[in-house]
Amino acid sequence: MPKQIHLAAHFPGVNNTTVWSDPEAGSHIEFSSFVHLAQTAERAKFDFFFLAEGLRLREQGGRIYDLDVVGRPDTFAVLAALAAVTDRLGLTGTINSTFNEPYEVARQFASLDHLSAGRAGWNVVTSWDAFTGENFRRGGYLPEDQRYVRAKRFLETAAELFDSWRAGDVLADKESGRFVARADVGAFERHDEQFDIHGRFTVPRGPQGRPVILQAGDSEEGREFAAATADAIFTRHGTKEAGQQFYADVKGRLAKYGRERSDLVVLPAATFVLGDTDAEAQELADVVRHQQVSGQTAIRFLEQVWNRDLSAYDPDGPLPEVDPLVGEHTIAKGRAQTRMYRDPLDTAKQWRALAAEKNLSIRELMIQIQARQTFIGSPRTVAESIDDLVQSDACDGFILVPHVTPGGLDPFADKVVPLLQERGVFRTEYSGPTLRDHLGIP
Amino acid sequence: MPQNLRLAAALDGAGWHPAAWRAPDARPGELFTARYWADLAAEAERGLLDFVTIEDSLGPQTDRTDRVQGRLDAVLIASRIAPLTRHLGFIPTIVTTHTEPFHISKAIATLDYVSSGRGGVRVRISAQQSESDHFGRRQVPAHEELFDEAADYVEVVRRLWDSWEDDAEIRDAATGRFVDRDKLHYIDFEGRFFSVKGPSITPRPPQGQPPVAVLAHVPVAYRLAERSADVVFVTEPEAPVQGPLVFTDLVVFFGDSEQEAEERKARLDAIAGAEYRSDAEIFVGTPAQLADRLLDHGAFGYRLRPAVLPHDLTAITRGLVPELQRRGAFRREYEANTLRGLLGLDRPANRYAA
Repeated sequence: MPKQIHLAAHFPGVNNTTVWSDPEAGSHIEFSSFVHLAQTAERAKFDFFFLAEGLRLREQGGRIYDLDVVGRPDTFAVLAALAAVTDRLGLTGTINSTFNEPYEVARQFASLDHLSAGRAGWNVVTSWDAFTGENFRRGGYLPEDQRYVRAKRFLETAAELFDSWRAGDVLADKESGRFVARADVGAFERHDEQFDIHGRFTVPRGPQGRPVILQAGDSEEGREFAAATADAIFTRHGTKEAGQQFYADVKGRLAKYGRERSDLVVLPAATFVLGDTDAEAQELADVVRHQQVSGQTAIRFLEQVWNRDLSAYDPDGPLPEVDPLVGEHTIAKGRAQTRMYRDPLDTAKQWRALAAEKNLSIRELMIQIQARQTFIGSPRTVAESIDDLVQSDACDGFILVPHVTPGGLDPFADKVVPLLQERGVFRTEYSGPTLRDHLGIP
Repeated sequence: MPQNLRLAAALDGAGWHPAAWRAPDARPGELFTARYWADLAAEAERGLLDFVTIEDSLGPQTDRTDRVQGRLDAVLIASRIAPLTRHLGFIPTIVTTHTEPFHISKAIATLDYVSSGRGGVRVRISAQQSESDHFGRRQVPAHEELFDEAADYVEVVRRLWDSWEDDAEIRDAATGRFVDRDKLHYIDFEGRFFSVKGPSITPRPPQGQPPVAVLAHVPVAYRLAERSADVVFVTEPEAPVQGPLVFTDLVVFFGDSEQEAEERKARLDAIAGAEYRSDAEIFVGTPAQLADRLLDHGAFGYRLRPAVLPHDLTAITRGLVPELQRRGAFRREYEANTLRGLLGLDRPANRYAA
């Protein structure tokens, strides 16, 4: 049997990838939109539904950023509600380890796992920015260099809490009068540099034991962390070769933690544009890219690297001659993206060269850099590309990010999934009830 | 005689009696499943109740092996079962002492979205050092401080709900703006215990302000209810509290006859090895007897704590409610689609709107 593909659906996020101006675009907050995408994903036998998180509204130039979608629900509450309208689909979300405490988060994930009959998954992220911390009673205390320590200890502590109830601890036996098997169910104790806690955990062991652990992170430290603790890892890679290198690297790290190569599922994020023909899809993709990167958006992007107010520049004109402002980043707040350009002078140099070579305006350059879709083509072309990347060990599948809410996944579900099923590389029925079953992990 | 008595059911595990889980129709093996809670909500809605509350705490109920131990997060139970109902309100419990008002504000706002306007929240404090040890961040402050902190907490939650004006989302294609940022507001709360900047990441919930409830039986809690709550649960008649809607708590043991109800309670007490006691008054009798009593007192509403689930909930919905309807004192169909609507509360104006 060929290698089986894993697919997940990412609810369109609060960035420019999501085209809110599309006539088909619906609400980003009404529950019906979440139901639509989750039920589409379940109809297509996807592994799971995924929600990102950001705990402070983004700002640029000292004001709330208003060009992209703004506003999202509480991750736990909306996932619990989606458990009511789906039966098999995994329900996963991002929960921050900086602005939460393990006791509460473990309670919530164990509760979600019970309430979804074993479908909960947790994308662990750790932020350290004091900007987001201003929304929390205990904010802004974590130095950047401690973020992996915090995440690691948080996960270890949560695991101890999940394991504090054993599988047979709830007897609920009316005859004998024993509700639990032992008086100290849930007892735990944890003392390390992040947490000094002890007591009793109150949620019995969930159907999956522990929720599925997801992680993102491309750094050396991030890869090692994922190899040690994650069930699935989100990545980004531009080419098949880069994907294969990453894949071989993280899979190769598993053995020293006593794990099998199949115990960690590698899932790059991917976008797609479908057309009846490849040519039609290419045309459509160009339209979508221009929707995603308006002139205003292009200038805002540039400001995030230049760290300056560039509102006076013409997006259809050339790049600014002035250099980026080096030093503390002040222009854009609440974005992970600004961290991708650690050397803004070097970035500016590369971009100027690219713009000169191809004669690109600011907007055209930003479209090239920010808005390339992963898969563009007819359903057959896209199905073949996905299958090829998975079979050649560039990844194990994809987390798909539609650009229109809530119906953006529908054409993929209707047209691409059946082709993958025909090829024998994607399930036609769920093989088990839990997310661990879908991912094929222990 | 009141034409419109309000009735709520307080859901907690297998019921409020410690031996409830051993009653003949109890479902102790299902306490940690969605189906159990969904069935209880469906029953409450069948009886046209205003809302159900769901108890919660950040510590174990007991260390005895013959009692129910363990519970699921109440906000998540409510979120899980709300989409399966259409009219019933949901008021889960949260603990202010160890949680973040920013998280709870958006969680209750989201409960309000997934229920189309039927969410609420009951706030409580945690005064036990053993629960504080689960977080390891602080010693338990003095009682007065815990309540002052709870008042600040509710203030933050409420400001965050209002931090988006209702028409903040504009989707103006001409200018490329998704929101009108003049209609998003920093709450800039700074208090003795914490400060919170805002705005919320979640737009204003359907009800604007989901109802906030407090259980009160001591002066400091009455003051919290008066400062912060829309709804107060009290355990004594004539409780000294002004402002919020008053629901009187009663623990209920029903039987087809008074004698049968007494015998049920006696059997449960015998299993538990002690006579049942409660902070609230205890009623033992038939649904008709309870109807007499409720109407006699002329109160606004009652929150009934079923001694055993589902038995005493079913006795409310299929015994007490029809009895009250016959007497013209309870609704025959839902008259509103939101919790505020059922409680007779208008949708409030936004404090930040010009």
